[in-house]
Formats: sequence, structure tokens, C-alpha cells
Amino acid sequence: MECVFGLVGDGFAVIVADTSAVHSILVHKSNEDKIMILDSHKLLGVSGEAGDRAQFTEYIQKNVHLYQFRNGIALTTAAAANFTRGELATALRKNPYFVNILLAGYDKDIGPSLYYIDYIATLHKIDKGAFGYGSYFALSLMDRHYHSGMSLAEAIDLVDKIIAEIRSRLVVAPPNFLIKIVDKDGAKEFAWRESISQA
Amino acid sequence: MKLDTSGLETFVPPSRGLNVLPSDFTASPAFDLPGCTDFDGFQKNAVQMVKPAKGTTTLAFIFKEGVIVAADSRASMGGYISSQTVKKIIEINPYMIGTMAGGAADCQFWHRNLGIKCRLHELANKRRISVTGASKLLANILYSYRGMGLSVGTMIAGWDETGPGLYYVDSEGGRLKGKRFSVGSGSPYAYAVLDSGYRFDLSIEEAAELARRAIYHATFRDGASGGVASVYYVGPDGWKKLSGDDVGELHYKYYPVVTSSVEQEMAEAPVA
Repeated sequence: MECVFGLVGDGFAVIVADTSAVHSILVHKSNEDKIMILDSHKLLGVSGEAGDRAQFTEYIQKNVHLYQFRNGIALTTAAAANFTRGELATALRKNPYFVNILLAGYDKDIGPSLYYIDYIATLHKIDKGAFGYGSYFALSLMDRHYHSGMSLAEAIDLVDKIIAEIRSRLVVAPPNFLIKIVDKDGAKEFAWRESISQA
Repeated sequence: MKLDTSGLETFVPPSRGLNVLPSDFTASPAFDLPGCTDFDGFQKNAVQMVKPAKGTTTLAFIFKEGVIVAADSRASMGGYISSQTVKKIIEINPYMIGTMAGGAADCQFWHRNLGIKCRLHELANKRRISVTGASKLLANILYSYRGMGLSVGTMIAGWDETGPGLYYVDSEGGRLKGKRFSVGSGSPYAYAVLDSGYRFDLSIEEAAELARRAIYHATFRDGASGGVASVYYVGPDGWKKLSGDDVGELHYKYYPVVTSSVEQEMAEAPVA
């Protein structure tokens, strides 16, 4: 039911997540922000169990900030991804966190990058990826239409195609989605795609 | 050095004159095997058996004048109604209240604990704690006990410097900020009535009536909810209890008995 997907374009990376907070058959909230801004140039899109989602990502965010305070320099995206994966791996055999993560970041000399981190601490650097039931539609659409070096307009067009497909084909499709991008100017919210407005 | 090997010796009863042993005397100590067929799952089943199923209806929503909080008052143990007069709205401090769904003991204890922590915060920082802060304190405590069988589904409602605040916190560690929540087995019924009648610019009386009506409809359809519909209002001066109406009486107020004229009467058959 929870859908998170993302891709890397020309000088930017985009992460899209649904915004429903669900409890068995009830939708408690349709405007929950699941894409955390880790620091000025990093985004963390998360899907998974409610408590773990908020608590684990806040823990990662605070530790990334702490590194910056202590060392006066920000972590690279690769370093942040490896740190996150290390925390998941350490906890895996004791007190596992049930969260799936897409980490997107922009480094000055490397450019944009996207990392796939799943709940059993798998880490892959990827160009496009997706989690959740929506991944069944997102992955094949991205495989078909993605090419490296897509412009922002092309990428958002692909994102809208994926959202439309999820809405029409997934039986318990989430109504609203949030799009965030990270580029050389930083991580920011790009747009909402709402089909039900939250009162 | 002489080693103490007394633990390795098998127990031999001192032989008495008569060779009569008590019937439950065995040659060596032995454990009874547990009477259980499902060795892997019995622990999980035990926790599930004790875990109450949140049989209740509670709701809260933010509107123009503040926050309305409402709840039923029935406690059920399976099919047995153990009480119709349970206080499910817990007063944390004069400007913050919490609702109870799930295990009564868990909710009461941890809300009281939250009240203590909020007061300590006031004393340490010389200012009241925000609703955001209070709900985060509770969520972190519940998260640290996750997987241990706590059952808490609560809403923290209050008024702080930023205005009205409402958070949903549960024992799985989830914490949601929102404007409208309903928790418990009767919550889908309450959500439906609440969502269809909600407007931001309700007056206090209209909002209270909407809450009362939503609780009533949930108690009508949900067997685990009933008793008394309590409605509280949280405003800039703190919380205030507005009403507590028995839902049975509310039923006849909303749907009064209409005496209808007799359409057909059964009459004696004419004797041939």
C-alpha cells in the first residue's frame, strides 16, 4: 500500500512517496510527509512500520547533523548511505527496524546519486528504484521510459505517468503523493499530487 | 585441593529398615515436560491472548474555537461488558487531555506518567510543555517498549502557545499530527459521521453535538462501545467537560418513538 520510488536525472535526483498514514482498514491521515530532508543536500524517502519509520529516520538525521557539528564538514551521500545501512545491519539480529529506504543526495564533485537500502540492510547504488506494492508498476515503467540524463520536465512527466498507473491499477491505491527533489541548490519539496484534499 | 563433586552424585535415598518408598519418590530429579504442542508459537499466542482488542470509540478534532474530545465509556472482556462507566478521557494537566483505547491499565499508567514528566518539564524550564513535546515524550516511551505487549491507542489534545494541538500516539510507536482522529473498534463508524458533518467554522455547541452524534452512532453499531458519551472542549483557558449523556437516552432523543395508528387488526373469525 505504501509506495516510494525515485530516479536520478541530469544534475538532480527525485524521490516520490505516497502520503497516507494507514492502520488496518482506516486511513488516519492523507498528508503525512514520508520524505525526510536529511540535510541541505540529502533526501530520505521511507516506507515501513509507522513507529520505526519516524524513529529510525530521525535517529539517522540527528547523527548526520552530529557528524557535521563535530567535523565541520557534511557527510557525502555515499557515507550517509553506508552509515544508515550499518545501523540497520547492527540492529538486524537483535531488534530489527522494519523500514525500506531510498536515499537521494547531491555531492558537488560527484553529482546526484540514489541509494536503495532495504529492511534487511541491503545497499545498492542505483539510477531508479521503488518499494511497496506501487513498485510493481513503477519499476517496469521506469525500465521502459528511463534514460540517463533526463531533464527535470521529462522526469516529472515519468513520475506523473507512474502515479497515474498506481492510481488506476492498484486496488488500495493511495490518493495523494509528494514529490521532492535534490539538486545543486539543495533538497526541497517540489510538488504535491493530490486527488483528495485533506480538510 | 579437594573438589566438591556433590552435585554430580546421583541421589540415593538412605536405606531405612523397611523397603517402603513414598509413591512420588523418583530416583533422580526430573522436570515435567510442558503440556504444549506448539513450541514456537505459544509465547506469541500468550501475548495475543492478553492483548485487548481496543474495544472502544474515541474521537477528537480541531476546529476554529479549539479542540473537541469525545469518548464512550464501555469496557468489555470478550463478550462480557465489565463496566459501562469507565473514564476514557484522562486529564494530564489543566490544559491537556488524553484519550484511552486499548489496555486500560496501560493507558492510565502511562498518561499519569506523562503528566508527571510534563510537570517536571514545567519546573525545570519555567514554562509549560507544548503538545508536540508531550506527545513526543509519550511516543518515545511507548516505542522503547515495542514488541512487549503494551496496548495503547491514544490521542493527546491540548492548547499551547501555538494554539490547539492534536496528536495520535500508539503502542507500535506511531505518532501522527492531525486535525481529526478517531481510535478504537467503533472508529470507522465515528469517522463516517464526523467526516460528513465537519466544518472548520463550527461553534462550540455545534462541534460538541457533532462529536456526541458520532459517538452515539458508533455505539449503536459497535458492540464493544457504549455507556455514556462524554464530550470535552479544550480552549485557550484549558479543558472543560461539556456533557456526559447515556447513549440509550440519546437514541430516543434522536429517534423518538412514533406512535402509529393500527393498520390492520386481527379479529375473531366469524363462527360458522
